[in-house]
Amino acid sequence: MNGPAVAAIYSFEMARTFRTIVQSIVSPVLTTSLYFVVFGSAIGARMTEIDGVPYGAFIVPGLIMLSVLTESISNSSLGIYFPKFTGTIYEILSAPISAVEIVMGFVGAAATKSLMIGVIILATAALFVPLHIEHPVWMVVFLLLMSIGFSLFGFILGVWADGFEKLSFVPVLIITPLTFLGGSFYSIDMLPPFWHTVTLFNPVVYIISLFRWSFFGTSDVSVGVSLAMTLSFIAACLAFITWIFKTGYKLKS
Amino acid sequence: MIHMPSIISVADLSKTYKSGLSALSGINLEIERGEIFALLGPNGAGKTTLINIICGIVTPSGGKVTADGHDIITDYRAARTKIGLVPQELTTSAFETVWATVSFSRGLFGKPANPAIIEKILKDLSLWDKRDSKIRQLSGGMKRRVLIAKALAHEPTILFLDEPTAGVDVELRRDMWNMVRKLREAGVTIILTTHYIDEAEEMADRIGVINKGQIILVEEKASLMRKLGRKQLSLQLHDKLESVPDALASYKLELAPSGLELTYTYDAQAESRIPNLLTAISGAGIVFKDLHTSQSSLEDIFVNLVSNRA
Repeated sequence: MNGPAVAAIYSFEMARTFRTIVQSIVSPVLTTSLYFVVFGSAIGARMTEIDGVPYGAFIVPGLIMLSVLTESISNSSLGIYFPKFTGTIYEILSAPISAVEIVMGFVGAAATKSLMIGVIILATAALFVPLHIEHPVWMVVFLLLMSIGFSLFGFILGVWADGFEKLSFVPVLIITPLTFLGGSFYSIDMLPPFWHTVTLFNPVVYIISLFRWSFFGTSDVSVGVSLAMTLSFIAACLAFITWIFKTGYKLKS
Repeated sequence: MIHMPSIISVADLSKTYKSGLSALSGINLEIERGEIFALLGPNGAGKTTLINIICGIVTPSGGKVTADGHDIITDYRAARTKIGLVPQELTTSAFETVWATVSFSRGLFGKPANPAIIEKILKDLSLWDKRDSKIRQLSGGMKRRVLIAKALAHEPTILFLDEPTAGVDVELRRDMWNMVRKLREAGVTIILTTHYIDEAEEMADRIGVINKGQIILVEEKASLMRKLGRKQLSLQLHDKLESVPDALASYKLELAPSGLELTYTYDAQAESRIPNLLTAISGAGIVFKDLHTSQSSLEDIFVNLVSNRA
């Protein structure tokens, strides 16, 4: 195990986060505050409770996931894409470091940052709405799992992308819509039967449902199914990354 | 003499890219411990591919490479720890400081942080004053130094320099040559590729020539020069000569159209004939007022080799 190498990549990536602190931390917090003002206060005041939870509190887990998912993907993908773009990847490829260690460094840093953002948004939310977390330990476990899972996904995206356009394509055009339509701002039980069925094909539904369960003890889909979906997503990412390093796909010729 | 095993051993190495381009075929090469080895070859000959395979950046299609006895694939950790690489392109990250990026490299290669070593490397490369500068603020020459510092940060015993002096000013070139010599004195084996033949001529102990993915020659520099180096002896004559006297026919002398210059072309093996030639010339009653010899440079040798086999 090349510990110094993992530490070097991890601190290099974290240094990048702190160098761009405004963009990294402040912007998700600002965005989230705006959601609270618009959805929570302005619209929420006219909404009834959902599953016995006030609307303002109901949207908190979805908002956290919205940021955690997009930030995990964009940070992790940029982390591995940028060395590819500048050519400095040569150093990582020529270092005595295994694939697992490379992933630990990059994904570990991206997940750490997502975790930080998740916690900051939770704290910001607590300023707007009274929050009671039903299963705090599970909440932390899920937050950690999602951060790691989507950072892994971002790593794959960063390896695959051969331009900045592709890099922003997935978070903006796939993940954000899926999150919005995945029950961040409503319970999917409120949808007509047809759209309810369609929505069940959206993987983000399970993630948000699972996370919301840890807050309020209620969920759109069963906890077991959600957890299984989430874990298989992480397993699929890990399998794909293993394949990337085995074949050298887009990293080595 | 005890034969030390080579520090790098390349056996039957080949590389065919996905595009079908065969970059290397049947490469066999032994690099001796502690030497400076220059790899010469025209653009696209396979120099960088060969280096990138040894360093782990490109996957070989066939063959075997060991670095200090460690297989570069099955025992890559041990092999790569020994190797430092200065790439051809100026590929640096932009926003880190010099100190941070060099320290990063040391960590990446598995060595615990050691500020004293980083300080020494930066001082040796005249980068100490720039240690807190962001890399993007540096000039091209300074960036090149940073790449060398990064390659040396984990104290490798084998250093690859891929065209280290391409686009570098004279001063930095001299500095770089001095640094390479110092490293060699410290026991580091150095493999460099270059377009500048004078660089190889100045620095290398041995020279390998690669062309179209094949090593066409590996030779000690001195013996290569002796073997392939053409020499010419020119004599400026006092009096005009109509033709070369028969007595000198065996030397195949050339007479300039002016009739005032005789040229003798020979190689290293024929050096011993010079005194006889001079005796024969004065025996034939030819008086010369001046003479000079010239020797073909490595560049001529190289051009000859590559064009002969093309």
